Parts: sequence; structure tokens; C-alpha cells
Amino acid sequence: MSYVPLTETGRRDMLSTVGVSSVDELFTDVPRQYRYPHIELPPPLSEMEVLRELQRLSETNADLQHIVSFLGAGAYQHFLPSVVNHITARSEFCTAYTPYQAEISQGTLQAMFEYQSMICALTGMEVANASHYDGATALAEGVLMAYNVLRGQRHKAILSPAIHPEYRAVVRTYVQGLDIEIVADDALANDTRLPERIDDDTFCVAVQNPNFFGELQDMDALRALAEAAHARRALLIVVGYPIALALLQPPGAYGCDIAVGEAQPLGNALNYGGPYIGYFACRQQHVHKMAGRLVGQTVDVGGKRGFVLTLSAREQHIKRERATSNICTNQALCALACAVYMSSLGPAGLRRVAELCYHKAHYLARGIAQLRGYDMVTSRPFFNEFVIRCPMPVRDINATLLRHGIIGGLDLSQVGQDLGPDRWTDREMLLCATEVHTRRMLDQMIHALEQAS
Amino acid sequence: MMQAASEPLIFELSSPGRSGCSLPELDVPPADIPQDMLRHDLPLPEVSEIDVVRHYVRLSQLNHAVDIGFYPLGSCTMKYNPKVNDAAAQLSGFVHTHPYQPADTTQGNLCLLYELQQALCAISGFDAVALQPAAGAQGELAGVLIIRAYHQAHADQRRKVILIPDSAHGTNPASTAMCGYQTVEIKSDARGNVDLEDLRAHCSHGVVGMMLTNPNTLGLFDEHVCEVAEMVHRCGGLMYGDGANLNAIMGIVRPADLGFDVMHFNLHKTFSTPHGGGGPGAGPVGVTARLAEYLPGPVVVRAAAPAPDSSDPQDAGRRFELHWPEHTVGRVKSFYGNFAVLVRAYTYIRMLGADGLREVSQAAVLNANYLRCKLQSTYRLAVDRTCMHEFVLAGPPPDARGVHTIDIAKRLIDLGHSHPPTVYFPLIVPEALMIEPTETESQETLDQFAADMIQIAAEAQADPQLLLDAPHHTPVRRLDEVRAARQPVVRYEAQPTKEEHGEPAHHR
Repeated sequence: MSYVPLTETGRRDMLSTVGVSSVDELFTDVPRQYRYPHIELPPPLSEMEVLRELQRLSETNADLQHIVSFLGAGAYQHFLPSVVNHITARSEFCTAYTPYQAEISQGTLQAMFEYQSMICALTGMEVANASHYDGATALAEGVLMAYNVLRGQRHKAILSPAIHPEYRAVVRTYVQGLDIEIVADDALANDTRLPERIDDDTFCVAVQNPNFFGELQDMDALRALAEAAHARRALLIVVGYPIALALLQPPGAYGCDIAVGEAQPLGNALNYGGPYIGYFACRQQHVHKMAGRLVGQTVDVGGKRGFVLTLSAREQHIKRERATSNICTNQALCALACAVYMSSLGPAGLRRVAELCYHKAHYLARGIAQLRGYDMVTSRPFFNEFVIRCPMPVRDINATLLRHGIIGGLDLSQVGQDLGPDRWTDREMLLCATEVHTRRMLDQMIHALEQAS
Repeated sequence: MMQAASEPLIFELSSPGRSGCSLPELDVPPADIPQDMLRHDLPLPEVSEIDVVRHYVRLSQLNHAVDIGFYPLGSCTMKYNPKVNDAAAQLSGFVHTHPYQPADTTQGNLCLLYELQQALCAISGFDAVALQPAAGAQGELAGVLIIRAYHQAHADQRRKVILIPDSAHGTNPASTAMCGYQTVEIKSDARGNVDLEDLRAHCSHGVVGMMLTNPNTLGLFDEHVCEVAEMVHRCGGLMYGDGANLNAIMGIVRPADLGFDVMHFNLHKTFSTPHGGGGPGAGPVGVTARLAEYLPGPVVVRAAAPAPDSSDPQDAGRRFELHWPEHTVGRVKSFYGNFAVLVRAYTYIRMLGADGLREVSQAAVLNANYLRCKLQSTYRLAVDRTCMHEFVLAGPPPDARGVHTIDIAKRLIDLGHSHPPTVYFPLIVPEALMIEPTETESQETLDQFAADMIQIAAEAQADPQLLLDAPHHTPVRRLDEVRAARQPVVRYEAQPTKEEHGEPAHHR
């Protein structure tokens, strides 16, 4: 089925309007020797057959609706109120494109304006764009933006080693063709010494809070880091977890210049890692260096309020090789999901989700810490993720857990392989709990870990 | 469809104490939270569930969309999105999988990704594909980085220049700059092809490669594409294909056969995944064998050992795993790409098969040529040639004075049958109107669009003011973009006075 509605009569009529006798005559510019190649694909299926095949394929996965998981590490299971998918499934939103014609795109434009406003509220920043691909690319674009704010005259970006390893890898990918050096993310021990690393060639320093291991950064240390950065005219970038931001002081409160992070937890399902959405917010003074689509409020010829894509002189279709990013299509439908999710929960609901995450993770941590053979590695305050050391390789523990119907935490020796030698033994596990975990599930996990050792 | 009154901001519907959700009680003992870390206010809207639903449903009604009507937005391939694609992507076993689950628990996902890689290779003629890039622009970035890595591996670091035709998308030069390279613009000739003389003059050992969209943004298949590729290869450069216009040539010709070394696919365009109001899309990148080891990672490969306890005979002996190409340019985003978009594209390919995909391209090209012929006596063509899946008009009819392309676009909105075409692009055609009907539109829809365009041409002569004031019937009329840029208001700010705070919107 090709979804082509042309009838045979219609086709003949159209060919005669064009003045050709067959559709082949429309392709004479294509080199003859390469025309009509054999394409080796499986034979087409009917809708029923294709759904049956995909259903079968999807069922060979372990579905986290049916099996408990304690994985987090940048992708989080949160409850999705039913309204979210109800709205994002609407054809008017999901089968539109970039709102180039504002008069017939006010729905998307206003929803994006609301999303931007909510991200500003959550991060305590002044301006937010209409999204990036994910948290990792938002960080990479934040680094590039800081580089451009300093006019490309400085060359060092300091990344905390406690930033998600995949995020740091993406930053390295993005800057490999530019005269930028990534420093300080080689050893965890450097985390507390970041301020000392800032010099006159540094254009930004980036930290994650809570960090990749779930730890919350000390407020005074964060303020001191911002001051140290600003004293050298460098920018502070903070990678955040938006659910935690509902409970904790936002980056705007401690001197952050660019706030980025993964907004998947705000209303987007796990989907095996994508599509997700990077939020990106900064201070007003830097808005002209920000990448991505931005919606602004204005008035129409009758003085009525309306919304348009604005400050597009920043973007690739105007600036071309002078643009600082090539981003155009982003994650608009995911941003809509975030706006609906945040509206639905409101400040009290969002804070409640954050509190549930916090308390459940701490209950789990206390339970595991009491087990013989298991140690808490995390010693600082944490949000909803923490690291434990297991009495045997995480790989073996997780295999046992899987037999109990549980997907355990992340084997830290298995992440960041693209970043060179890892710092972890095969015994450390990163665990995550959210509001989806009941006390019964947490107890079941504690019990299963005890059995597994 | 677009008669609704304007809608207040969700913040303006807020009333303290309202909530639109229910959450479970805390069932574990609470833990201490460090007090100095707590925030004190969170200025998000407080609304009930019905407020949320009505607000966003009303907003949705202010949009045009493919499911409402014709959307001939050139270069964007706004074809119909089959609903089976969404049904497949919403299967629980796909939606509720975590990217770090052990590979043994995600064999369904990995199998789908592997099969999609294979299908894209078959369609394009490339030897390897990475699915990770999230959008076409990110595919471009990955592709140029691959070319850069190739030259570096061959100790060839003098090359600094990427050749880009003057008709190219703005993302091409922007991607080039992100990789630290310079752009040299190559002219187009009178038939809309790459100007071979100009290209020859710029081919040197400083050339990294060339980025070429083919069919190009004029909707034309470059008549010398093989010669272009040969010239670039002869000076040691590589050919990057911008796959934005693949919808014209599936099953007609494979880009790799034409001499392209790297190309990105826009799955949201060609393979019919919903555009989402501006994403999410997917921009996989394909390469020839000599570049396969530079692909971004991880990619999916078949594992040597069969699945240990596969109960399904169809999967017997097939096990899939993630793999890092040896000299990878690295990761371009976290995890493995926009998976739910990839599921939709795979579903589409499975529904159509090779013959269906060829039929798509044939019909897309027939539809575009039919519309071209219907309009070419009223409007001027940018280049008078058989087009591929789209064509470009050189602005308003010659005898319409004082009327611009923007006015035609806005008048089309008034007539209510269609979204306007892409306007003012490509940049080499002043006042360009770029029309891409796609294959999923019927002859009747095309006839209606042609009739509307011809009516507007007549109105442009008889009553140009009608066009200059258009649109007349939309929820908002022409918006002041200059004001939006000069006095940027990019977020909601609560009104300072108590009376206004929390009140429903005052319509200005």
C-alpha cells in the first residue's frame, strides 16, 4: 500500500496534461545506466500483517509496564497523566510542521511560548528556546554558545567529570572540528577543584546538579563556582533534572548563565532513548547568541495579541555559514508534551512528584545499606539516584535479579565506554527510584538483592 | 476551521489551589531534605484537568495540518502520515523500554533498528547506515565530521573548503562552519544545474568535499551529477548528499550509484513520520564502505552467537547487539536516536516494499509536474524544465504590480484549502514560491490548488489590496514581526497588580 490516491484514468489524464505518454519520461535526467535499480526489501505487508509483525517484535522486549526497573541515568520512568498523550496525539499538532505561516499556526506557536515560559519558571532563567534534540545536544550547544559569547577568543571548556558520560561524549563530538579544548573531566577527584581550573582562556565551566550519580551539589560551592567563573568572564552552564528543579533551588538562583538538561521526564515516555527533548535557557543578555527556534509575542494589524517565530536572524536559514548552529527541526511535539504535563501537574503536583522520588530513593538506599555485603558509595546528599557497591560483579547480580522479574541498576563499568578507560570496577551499580515505585516494589528489590549476594 | 477566538495563555487561566492531577500517597517514611537547597516558589499555572484539555484542544484548532488539508510546503515533504505508523510506535513493548536495559531484554528493538539500517542501505545503495542523528541537520553534522575524520586518517589536513551550490539549504553552510571548515559557494547555471565551469575553477587540493542536494532545491535533477561527483573526487574531495529530496528518487536511482559518499535521510519527510509542529524527526546517515568505520555510534550489528533462549523460530540464530565503529566520529546524541520515529519509518517501509516506494516517487514527480503545467501559463517558472517532486515559481505573475510572494501566500490562507508553499527559498530565485504537492494528494486536490492560485493571480490585477490585506478570516491577521524582534517578549510574566493576576485573559 503506497497511499497514492491516483486512479488509472486520472493518471492518464495527468500525463496528457504534462504532455508525456508515461511517467518514465519524467525521469530522463536520471543517468540511464543507474535508472530503476533493484531494491532488495522484504515484500510489502497489509496493515494487519505489519501490526502483527511489530506486535511480535515489541513483545520480545522486556516491557517496563510488566517488569520493575531501577534504571535511570538520563532516562526516567515517570507517570504520564492521560491528558498528555490525548493532546499530543491530536492531528492538528502532530501533523503540522514548523510554524512558518503564523496566522494558521497559532496553536503550535502559543503552546511553544507557554513551554518556553514554563522552562523559564522551572530554571529561574530569563529566556528559553523551543527545544533541542536532547539533554546531551543541549549541553553541546550550550558550550558552543558560550564559545561564541566570548567571540571564539577563548579555547577552554571545563566539564565536570560528574556530568553524564554520554553528554560529555556528545560535547566532544560537536567541538572536534573547532579550536576548543575540553578539560577537567578526566578524573572524579577533580570535581571539587573546578574553580581552580578556570583561567583567562576558559570560556565556560559546566556542572550537573544533581550529577550523573544523583548527588546534590552544595549550594555554597555552586555559588562560589559561579563567582569564580564570572571573575574570569567565563560562563557557568548547569545541566539539570527538571523534576528535581520543582523541589530544589533553580540554576537561576545561584549564578548560572546557561541552564540545560533532559526534559524527557516532563511528560515523555522512555521510548528506548528517544525522541527526548533538551531544554535550553539563558540570560536575556545572551539571547542573540542562543541557537534554536524561539517564539515571541507580538500584535497583529488589528492590535490583537499573537505569536511568531522571532529573532530568526540568529538562525542558519538567514545567517548560513555565520550561524553558530545548524539546528532547525527540533522536538516541538515533545515540548508540547512537557507543557501539557507541567500544566496538568501544576507547581504542587510537580513538587509532589519530586518529593515522592526523593523519599522512595532514600527508602531504597537505607534498605540496601543494611544488607550484608552491600555498601553505599554515595556519601553526599542525593536526589533520586545513588551508587552502591555490590559483593559480586553487577553483571551477575543483575542476571539474578532478572530471574526475579527485576531489571536492576546500571552497571557503571558499562557506561562511557566511548570516553576511554573507565574509573569504575565491575561492582558499582547506579540505582534510581521514582514515583512509579511502590513500597512493595522497593521491598521486593531489597529482598532480591539480599538473595542475589 | 479557523474561526475560533483567540485563546488566553494557560498562565492566565491559573487560579491558586487548582490542580489537574492526582498522585499516590507517600507509602514510605519520609527522609530529611537539606533545607538550604529547597526552592520557595514555582510560578507554574494552577489549573484543573478540564482547563488543560480545553485550552490545548482550542489551541490545536488554530493550526493548519496535513490531516486538515493540503500542505504543499516545498522541501518539507508534507505527505499524509499513515496511522498504522503511530499504532506501531505506541505498542507498549516499544514505548516502555529503557535505553540501558540489557540487550537480551531489547532484542525486538535492536532487530527493528538493524532491519531499518538494512532497508535504508538497500534504498540508497550505501553500505552502512547510522540511525542516531535526530534530524536532517544533525545528520549533516555527522556526515561532514565523517568526511573530516576520513581526511585526517589519510593525514590530509590541508583541506579546508567545502563547496556548496548557491541553491543549498542554509543548514549546509551552517554544518560546514560547525566543523571548522569554510564554505565556497558554487553558482547554478541557467538550467538550474551546478555550473560546471564555476565548479572546475574551485576544485583544488584544498577541497574537503562538496555538499549537493539532488534533486536540488529548484526541484531539478542535476543533469551533470555524475560529472560533478567525478570532478570533486578527482581533486580528492568527498561528495555529501543532502537527502532532503529523496522522495523523488526512491527506486528510481540510488544516490550511492551517482557518486555520493555520504548522505543523510530525513525520515520525517520521505518515510512519512508526523512532523510534530517542528519535530521530532530523524536524520540517519548513510556511507559507502570506505567510510563505514567513521560512522557515529553505536550502530546495531548481528551478534556471532545466537540468542540463548529464543522461543521464536523466526528469530532462531539471530541476535543483535550494539557496536562501535572502529574510528567513529563519536556520539551525536545520547542513546540510539529518535527510536519512536524510527519505528514509524520502519513500519512505513514494511507496508510499501520496494515497488510501493518506487510508486511513491513516481506519483510525487507526476503530481509536481501536473501542477507545474497547470500553473506555468499564469506564473513564471524559475527554470522551465521537467521537475522532480517539487518546482519553484519566480514570484507573482509578471503583470501583478505591488504584489509580493508573501501576499499570495497570505491570500491562499484566506481561500482555506491549503497551507501556502515555501516562500523566499531557494535564495537564488527572487520572490520564490516552492511547491511540493507530494504523492498522497489526489488530482482533485491539485486542481483545487491550481484554481486557487489562478484566482489569486486574477485578484492580484483586479484588486491587489485584497491580497495586501490578507488573510482576512484567521484568528489573528498579519503579525508585527519587527516588533517581536525589536521588543522581544519570549516568556509570560505575571501582571504586577493583584486584580490582573490570576484573572482570565484580557483580549487585547
